[in-house]
Amino acid sequence: MANPAETPNVVEARGLLKLYGTQRAVDAIDLDIRRGEIFGLLGPNGAGKTTTILMMLGLTEISGGTVSVLGYDPVRQPLEVKRRVGYLPDAVGFYDHLTARENLRYTARLLDLPRRQTDARIEEALNSVNLADVIDKRVSTYSRGMRQRLGIAEIVMKKAEVAILDEPTSGLDPHATFELLEMIRRLKEAGVAVLLSSHLLDRVQSVCDRVALFNRGRIALIGTVVELANQVLGAGHPILVEASGTDVPAALGSVPGVQNVTQERAATWRVVADRDVRAAVAQRIVTSGGSLLRLDNLQPSLEEVYTSYFEQARNAA
Amino acid sequence: MPPSAGTQRVAGRREGSPFTGLGPVFMKEFSDHLSSARMMVLMLFVIAFGALPVGLSLQELRNVTESDPFLFLRIFTSAPQRVPFSFTASLTLVIPLLAIGLGFDSVNSEFNRRTLSRVLSQPIYRDALLLGKFLGGLATLSVALVALWLIVLGAGLLLLGIPPRGVEVARGLGFLVVAIAFGGVWLAISMLFSVLFRSTATSALCALGVWLFFAILWPLIVPVLVLAVTPTNVAMGMGRLDETLAMIQMQSTLERLSPNTLFGEAVIGLLNPETRTLGPIIPSQMRGAIMGAPLPLDQSLLLIWPQVTGLVAAMIVVFAIAYVVFQREEVRA
Repeated sequence: MANPAETPNVVEARGLLKLYGTQRAVDAIDLDIRRGEIFGLLGPNGAGKTTTILMMLGLTEISGGTVSVLGYDPVRQPLEVKRRVGYLPDAVGFYDHLTARENLRYTARLLDLPRRQTDARIEEALNSVNLADVIDKRVSTYSRGMRQRLGIAEIVMKKAEVAILDEPTSGLDPHATFELLEMIRRLKEAGVAVLLSSHLLDRVQSVCDRVALFNRGRIALIGTVVELANQVLGAGHPILVEASGTDVPAALGSVPGVQNVTQERAATWRVVADRDVRAAVAQRIVTSGGSLLRLDNLQPSLEEVYTSYFEQARNAA
Repeated sequence: MPPSAGTQRVAGRREGSPFTGLGPVFMKEFSDHLSSARMMVLMLFVIAFGALPVGLSLQELRNVTESDPFLFLRIFTSAPQRVPFSFTASLTLVIPLLAIGLGFDSVNSEFNRRTLSRVLSQPIYRDALLLGKFLGGLATLSVALVALWLIVLGAGLLLLGIPPRGVEVARGLGFLVVAIAFGGVWLAISMLFSVLFRSTATSALCALGVWLFFAILWPLIVPVLVLAVTPTNVAMGMGRLDETLAMIQMQSTLERLSPNTLFGEAVIGLLNPETRTLGPIIPSQMRGAIMGAPLPLDQSLLLIWPQVTGLVAAMIVVFAIAYVVFQREEVRA
């Protein structure tokens, strides 16, 4: 068994396969997750994200291939894996009749943490997720966002090296989502590798270093958001132009580098060029007598990548 | 199951003790049960059901003038005139109910509260979770039964004014062990249903259904079944001795498929020291026996040994089935 400290990857999956009957829920995927990064698993429901996560934790049987987590095999050494990996399931549940402290104390006992440290670690963990003031309240009084944060606190208390979060932001209001993502960033700062699955794309985009796009049990695309955008949307610099008083497509068609101009809505066009053409575009509109109202450099959005990818996949099928 | 999965399972021998984390699970279940409102209700129920026959039979026993070496044991077994059942008979009804109440939602409630995957993502095996829950329930059951037993004993001391003899205490302790084993069977049955069904209402209903079946239907069905396969002349009591014996034996074998029968027979053997056999007896076997003479404790234990073994075996078998089903269950919602 390799020494976990030597491997740069915290999770390595090779040809990982999960069959339910004849259906391939996870179809021979390869996946590497590096130490200290936030990795996003994206894809529609039923694409195999949760199954992949459960196989990494040894909570469901593997039908084929291998996966190693921190150098351990979740099939043969699930206890070693689970000691080092924190898991926040989709819509996590806690014992409602117990307080936050009691819930975490039970986890601490299961983890066999030294009793003398337990209370200090629980308080520290709850502090880090801003739940210190409700530490002795029953979990039944908690909102959904608070429960998710308590789940993060459990991972913090565990001092996990890898945190696996399944749909951590689903069902949360924007403020609670923002707070939770802040906490995920803090986990990363503490050196924890974070694997999160989600379908809230813009949120994921803001925290993830790399993402993998799941489709029907396969990883369709993997890489940074920009890399994905280049693969799916094609290379180029998209910009958004809002102008009036001139025929924009005609005016911009002759700007060097511009590849195409498409109208988004009234008086707004999307321009794709092979280089940064913003200065030239602004000049052309002004000289042609129009008034330039807005000029935006469009970051490739994950949502666009996602929509466009699944459109292409549907058309190909 | 595809062949690759099969070979994987053979090759993959898991490491670490299956009992890692058993202690914390047990302690949590135990303290949850003891502090729960449900346990309060169940205890009230048990005490109410136990107090009625005990109180009435104590009143009657106070008026007994003839000397009875096992007067204390009569508290448990005598059926008072005003209610048609003894303390032990009412326990036959109430212990399963107590056990079902403790076990019917033990696994599926974790599932429904979505705590199961979180708990299983801690470094424990499913073995420890299920066994811890079972032992926690069994410990709770034992506490309840010991408390009840002590109450009965104390009431007997106060109202009869005589202390129990050592052998009576020993038989009473034996009864306690048998009662806990009996409760264990029903706890295992109710936990099996809690593993099988995601809905707690369904699992409670199924466990209660099995309980009703064994409490009411099975004693009625067995004679019918036996009659159906027995020749008419034997059934009418005109067969040869061995044929009649075979019929009676078949009947008691079928009856003993019910844990209630096993419990009842074990209790009779323990608490009625005069009991010499739990099956049919023919006059030639009674030659030389003094009617009504009590058996020594070791002989009584020998007599009920198969019943006790049967109860423990049933408990283990049902738990093993629940275990196998639970191991194969998917943890995701």
